[in-house]
Amino acid sequence: MNSLILRVASRYLAAILLVFSIYMLFRGHNEPGGGFIGGLIGATGFILYAVACGTREARATLRVDPQSLAMSGLAASLLSAFASALFRDAPFTGQWLFLGATEGSKGIPVSTVILFDIGVYLVVLGAILMLVFAMEEEI
Amino acid sequence: MAAGHDEAKGNGFVGWLPVLLSAGIFAFFLQFLPQIAAGDTLRVEWAWAPSLGVALSFLVDGLSLTFALLISGIGTFVLLYSNSYLAGHPQYGRFALYLFSFMLSMLGLVLSDNLIGLFVFWELTTLTSYLLIGFDNESPKARRSALQALLLTGAGGLAMLAGLILLGAVGGSFEISQLVPQAEAIKGSGLYVPILILILAGTFTKSAQVPFHFWLPNAMAAPTPVSAFLHSATMVKAGVYLMARLHPVLSGTELWFWTLTIFGAVTAVFTSVLSLRQDDLKQALAYSTLMALGTLTMLLAPSSGYAITAFATFLVVHSLYKAALFLVVGCVDHGTGTRDADLLGGLARFMPFTAFTAALAGLSMAGLPPFIGYIGKELIYANTITAGDAATFVTVMALAANALMFAVAGVVALRPFWGKRGDTPLEPHEAPWPMLAGPMVLALLGLAFGLMPLLAEVNFTTPTVAAILGDAEKAKHLHLWAGVNTELMLSLATFAIGGLLLALYRPVRRFLEAADAATPSFDNGWDNILDALYRAAKWQTGILQSGNLQRYLFTIFATFVVAVGGTLLLKDAVNLGVALDDMNSPRHWPELVLIVAAALVTASSRSRMLAVAALGVQGIAVALIFISFGAPDVAITQLLVETLVVVLVAVAMLSLPFLDERGKNDRRPKDMVLAVLCGVVVSAVLIGVLQGPLDLRLTDFFETTAAPEAFGRNIVNVILVDFRAIDTFGEIAVIVVAALSAYALLRTTDSSRDRDEEEEELS
Amino acid sequence: MEFLLAITIGVMVAAAVYLMLARNVLRFIFGLILISNAANLAIFTAGRLTPGAPPLIKEGAYAPAEGVANALPQALVLTAIVIGFGLFAFALVLVYRAYTTLGTLYSDEMDAAEPKGPAQ
Repeated sequence: MNSLILRVASRYLAAILLVFSIYMLFRGHNEPGGGFIGGLIGATGFILYAVACGTREARATLRVDPQSLAMSGLAASLLSAFASALFRDAPFTGQWLFLGATEGSKGIPVSTVILFDIGVYLVVLGAILMLVFAMEEEI
Repeated sequence: MAAGHDEAKGNGFVGWLPVLLSAGIFAFFLQFLPQIAAGDTLRVEWAWAPSLGVALSFLVDGLSLTFALLISGIGTFVLLYSNSYLAGHPQYGRFALYLFSFMLSMLGLVLSDNLIGLFVFWELTTLTSYLLIGFDNESPKARRSALQALLLTGAGGLAMLAGLILLGAVGGSFEISQLVPQAEAIKGSGLYVPILILILAGTFTKSAQVPFHFWLPNAMAAPTPVSAFLHSATMVKAGVYLMARLHPVLSGTELWFWTLTIFGAVTAVFTSVLSLRQDDLKQALAYSTLMALGTLTMLLAPSSGYAITAFATFLVVHSLYKAALFLVVGCVDHGTGTRDADLLGGLARFMPFTAFTAALAGLSMAGLPPFIGYIGKELIYANTITAGDAATFVTVMALAANALMFAVAGVVALRPFWGKRGDTPLEPHEAPWPMLAGPMVLALLGLAFGLMPLLAEVNFTTPTVAAILGDAEKAKHLHLWAGVNTELMLSLATFAIGGLLLALYRPVRRFLEAADAATPSFDNGWDNILDALYRAAKWQTGILQSGNLQRYLFTIFATFVVAVGGTLLLKDAVNLGVALDDMNSPRHWPELVLIVAAALVTASSRSRMLAVAALGVQGIAVALIFISFGAPDVAITQLLVETLVVVLVAVAMLSLPFLDERGKNDRRPKDMVLAVLCGVVVSAVLIGVLQGPLDLRLTDFFETTAAPEAFGRNIVNVILVDFRAIDTFGEIAVIVVAALSAYALLRTTDSSRDRDEEEEELS
Repeated sequence: MEFLLAITIGVMVAAAVYLMLARNVLRFIFGLILISNAANLAIFTAGRLTPGAPPLIKEGAYAPAEGVANALPQALVLTAIVIGFGLFAFALVLVYRAYTTLGTLYSDEMDAAEPKGPAQ
């Protein structure tokens, strides 16, 4: 598939999809979305890019090995699980901090739950890319 | 065998420790003797699995104490003996461990008051016996004999376990002491016959009654001290012990009496004939042990005082002389290098102490006065002539067996030591004192009890009779001289026939050898049974493990249909009337039609691309269902995954062949029927579920706590990352593992190619 | 509607089972995809169908409006879809690998581990 239009378009499309995937990830706690959906959208973006421009270029753009991505996702989830130990809670108990909270607004929420969802995102993205890149290269 | 080892080195600490320990155990039990002789019993109990009624409870009474003293006493001498017999053996530590473990298991068996505890110790003796028979693990014969003993006694043990559980269920307790008062109820129960048959299956295999006797002579592959201890004095008596222990619970019926009488009598006579036929002294003793076991079984058949007193006496008599004779044969083997009756003779000059011991033990075995063996034999006759209906039969059988024993005693204990000197592989030399001490003490005890029968009566026989019959008054007295009576006449007849057999030993043996060769052997029969078992296993494995994926899947799905569908039909769980009403609300028809059509196209298509496309359509239609019913998260996920599936299949398809071979059709009516049935069952289950009530407690909890406590307004996401985060963590771990495995599969080079290369490198 | 869906799921299962019983392992994979979709739909349906309202809570509210869809089966199905994808991908790679190593897609010809012929 050596079409210039597709190659150029896919580059922009992939970037848009990646941004959209992160948006989906962060809005997931309150609106439809979340780590699973975000990860799948991100993976779709990179696969599109790989189909258009080849896996070599897709890997170069990703910079990180997909395996490392998946593993760091697993590590992030595990970290969020045991972060609650600092507060003497059972593992996986969500811990919340509302930055700049005032009487009127809740401020910006920071929580272990978000970290967990980021872990899910990275696992899904990394695992799928690991598989698809390898398949495209081997087959 | 001791030859070839560094005998001078000895076994050191490992050799002496078990001797001291078992001597300590013997002393421990000895202290109970006055108390038990006075008519007391002791009982201790620790809870083990209280909910199952299983306890570690131990009962010390006349019967168990007699056994415990025999086990620990003979065990001490056997361990002392082994330390010299296997001096310098590189694996003596292993041997001593097995032997000592056996001793503890056997003690547990005879002391246990709980049926299940007793069974556990019973199986432990089977296992340690297996390890000891197969001690010489490089010999195929030893391995075969060990396995044979294990399988046979293990199978009997399993039957026995079933019997014991039934007995516990009928009697309402697993404690034997609590079953005794229930004896009448148990005997009246409809389960009495199966209980008796199952338990006797265990005791008859363990105590090697005909037709299960053949494992015991084979077990002589074990080192001689093991044969003396396990396969003569103690373990093989476990079956007899259990029959004695359960005598108050199960005896007194016609079935009990005739089963034990016939099996015991046939075993006693049949095996004593075989005993005379052997040229290997150890084999001759092995078969004579079978005779003793048969006699003991026969003595447990009635409930009379004579029978049980004779049982208790003969039990002690036999353990003393038989252990001594086995150990003597070990000394002879050790000193001359052979156990062949034809090669041995005139050893008394070279081995005077061994000869003396052999003579003492042999006279007791032959049943000559003033040894305890004589008293035992008199009591056996006293029992047989009062045995009612069976008197003639059992008297004749006992006479035959005892006469044969007289002859065997002569062959084993006299012929090797007197007469012409034989041609032995080694220059005969006397055994060292640790090997002589045991047999000599045991043989002298046989004489001492004979001269002072009151000693045996007060300490052993009367308490044992009290334990079995529940009444010490029923015990008979032990006399050397009871006047001229029928028993004495029978004894004289025994000596006459036995002496005649001994005088005609060579022709008699030649005749027996010829007769034995002409009859089918039990040992070969066992091999045939095992072969048949292997063939049956191979046959059924071939049927069940066909190696064909289609057949496996077919079986799985068919089982699903039968199990789930059958249950639905039986329970009548589905109401189709309500389901049909639902047809009247036609919404979302298009999605459903799309799904059905796409599924059917996928199933029937012969084109890969069409099948993949139909799968995609089906997936999108499913996503539409999700979005129509308030599940946007699920719908998005479904759509994205469906896209990825199509991409992956398309990539893989580039290098895979077409679905069907050219000109072949994929039409499978049988599979179609099963597939339709599966679909019907799944639909029916789902309809059944939908008609049942819906438990919304979890959903309610999630709905009310998501916003206030988990600060999230998308309940699905809050469940995933907060409420059920640990599940989600497991799921993402699975995804990583699946991806890594697939990655590894893709990245490894072709394994068959690798193997070829490796082989080339090797060659 | 639930009951119609139940029948539809039955059809999906029937088609999937028929595919899984085929000689060709690629058909088995198709059956696998179909049966996991059927299973997901069955779980979803068993939690009852509520047209329209997703299980979301309005800004500032403490609980969802009356009559929103059951969130629990949705969460279960969502992860099941992703896991099902992982399984599918692994199976696909396995089939591909089996084909390149053994040279066949027919399960009855894949007998490297259990060669046919009389038992030894």
